[in-house]
Amino acid sequence: MAEVTYLEAIRQALFEEMERDENVFCLGEDIGRYGGAFKVTDGLLAKFGERRVIDTPISEAAIVGAAAGAAHMGMRPVCEMQFIDFISCAYDMLTNYVATARYRAMLSCPMVVRGPSGGYVRGGPFHSQNPEAAFLHTPGLKIVYPATASDALGLLKSAIRDEDCVLFFEHKYLYRRIKEELPKGDHLVPIGKARIAREGTDLSIITYAATVWKALEAAEQLQKEDGLSVEVLDLRTLLPMDDDAILATVKKTNRVLIVHEDTRTGGVAGEITARISEKAFEWLDAPILRVTAADVPLPYSPPLEDYVLPQTSDIVLAARRLASY
Amino acid sequence: MASRVPRTRARQRSELAANPAVSHGLDRAATMDLYYYMRLTRSLEERLVNLYRQTKVVGGLFRSLGQEADAVGSAYALDRTRGDILSPLIRNLGSMLVQGALPLEILRQYMAKADSPTRGRELNIHYGDLVRGFVGQISHLGDMVPVMAGVTLSFKLRGEKRVGLVYVGDGATSTGAFHEGINFAAVQRCPLVVVVENNGYAYSTPLSMQTAVKELKDKALAYGIPGEQADGNDVLATYEVTRRAVDRARRGEGVTLIELMTYRRKGHAEHDNQSYVPPGEIEQWETANDPIARYTRVLVEEHGFAQAQLDETDARVEREIDAATDEAERSPMPDPLDALVGIYADPPALEPLWYRSGVRSAVSAHERPASWGTHDG
Repeated sequence: MAEVTYLEAIRQALFEEMERDENVFCLGEDIGRYGGAFKVTDGLLAKFGERRVIDTPISEAAIVGAAAGAAHMGMRPVCEMQFIDFISCAYDMLTNYVATARYRAMLSCPMVVRGPSGGYVRGGPFHSQNPEAAFLHTPGLKIVYPATASDALGLLKSAIRDEDCVLFFEHKYLYRRIKEELPKGDHLVPIGKARIAREGTDLSIITYAATVWKALEAAEQLQKEDGLSVEVLDLRTLLPMDDDAILATVKKTNRVLIVHEDTRTGGVAGEITARISEKAFEWLDAPILRVTAADVPLPYSPPLEDYVLPQTSDIVLAARRLASY
Repeated sequence: MASRVPRTRARQRSELAANPAVSHGLDRAATMDLYYYMRLTRSLEERLVNLYRQTKVVGGLFRSLGQEADAVGSAYALDRTRGDILSPLIRNLGSMLVQGALPLEILRQYMAKADSPTRGRELNIHYGDLVRGFVGQISHLGDMVPVMAGVTLSFKLRGEKRVGLVYVGDGATSTGAFHEGINFAAVQRCPLVVVVENNGYAYSTPLSMQTAVKELKDKALAYGIPGEQADGNDVLATYEVTRRAVDRARRGEGVTLIELMTYRRKGHAEHDNQSYVPPGEIEQWETANDPIARYTRVLVEEHGFAQAQLDETDARVEREIDAATDEAERSPMPDPLDALVGIYADPPALEPLWYRSGVRSAVSAHERPASWGTHDG
């Protein structure tokens, strides 16, 4: 069986779900005739027609708002943000309207907002963002951020079938760089369940998205050079967070390093740290450490971007400190 | 039809008032219906004022005094038998009543009761029912325009001959969501009617400080859609102009922007002392252009209704509101733990925080402040 890229897996999920359920439709900027800025939606228009693959004006608030209205009526819209950086233009619609609809008005919003996210691609401040933490504290939303092609497929299919709004972050660095054979059949990955990407016993790295691969690289290096057995937990879903998986790895290794590409202050790592400290403090043999981006808007020039973003060498350094504590 | 609308509010009012609607095509029962809903709106709000003063209304109270005609007449132009849907704004109690909202629901909402439509989660008339055809609004003005663009997009995608109507105020036309939503709906030719209720003020801000355009209907030009204007205090004119737009939408001809000229006789909410209103302005609208008084004259003088028939309707409205008030007062307040239910479909409820484990309430009495801090008690 042929290997499939992360990007192709996302496209496959869209095809499969649109074929399965005629209520599923896509809307976004340049997604139809052009096939999307990254060609994720390439071929959808030819197969499903312009009623179900809608090229919209440059209006993120209208895209998300209209998706919510259609979702109320039983449709299953999948919105593309051309770059996830532009989701901030729909922040009001997502946090005030969509996230509250079920609770305040008994209106369901089964919809997905997806888009290319993340850095390491020299995209500068407005084509590299990881805005997941901006939505993490909004009750009513779900947040998914896969690291592998099969998870991208299975999580997007689950997101489209979910009864609530799922923000589906796609890492654009991974789009065409990773590939794998996909599971056969109707592959669904449950939302809210983390995945152990590598088993280990000495310390745990908790991470998600592109830094899963950096953590795996670091784990390999630490095994070879230091004889350390490193466990890597890929969260896959950030909201709802898989507390059971987090606590299980903490209790197994007693040392925790949290890694994410997003900036540090108010980031996901802070929330994970608080949860561990409330529920498993006595299981820790060392302080929880974080490797994250520095708190700066992401710069464009390679020496600047590479300095700001977390690198494998940072993870190795932090893991050694943790192991020797 | 008000195609040539004068520039000043006073001139506009007198000219439009001099041209009573003649072609509405409503039968006698329907013309009486309009009266009933306008009277029900006003009397229900008056009852809410009493309850507010008795501190039985928990939050703020919003009135639509003087705007009953624009709310009722426009909503009446929708077809409830075909599944048309509207999205009301805070002055559209009348529109919701036309769609089948019940006084009992409104009273329970304002009184924050457990059996209110939102189970005590939302305030005032912020609730909806897709079956009866109204969507619950949020406080962020303009946001319902994209949402209703999506509701009506679903009608188009499914080939349903249904129509949507969304209300915004003069102030909301300044928001980005209004622009994005109406533009999206126009491009997609969604079966949507956008009603701008121009009541002169957004909270305290007059229209002249809201926009540099002279007439809000002119904004339609920028979206390539028809823009119409009508006297919002003439319930029949309001019905007619909206009906034309509804018919256009149902024929697949897309979006219409309607500006209904009216006046907000009460403040933004009950606490607002309207210190910003020029002396005499409110009184002038009250004496010369009250929509119910105007329509009463039309019914008696042009349609041959006897005053006794109207009095009978008034009495029926009072009876209905009395019964609803008694029932709403008997309704229980919510169980605190219901606060954790229904944020998501799955999981259906959240676990209590550890310090609330086994605790039903962390306070011994629920304070009911006289205000949100917007004014001194």
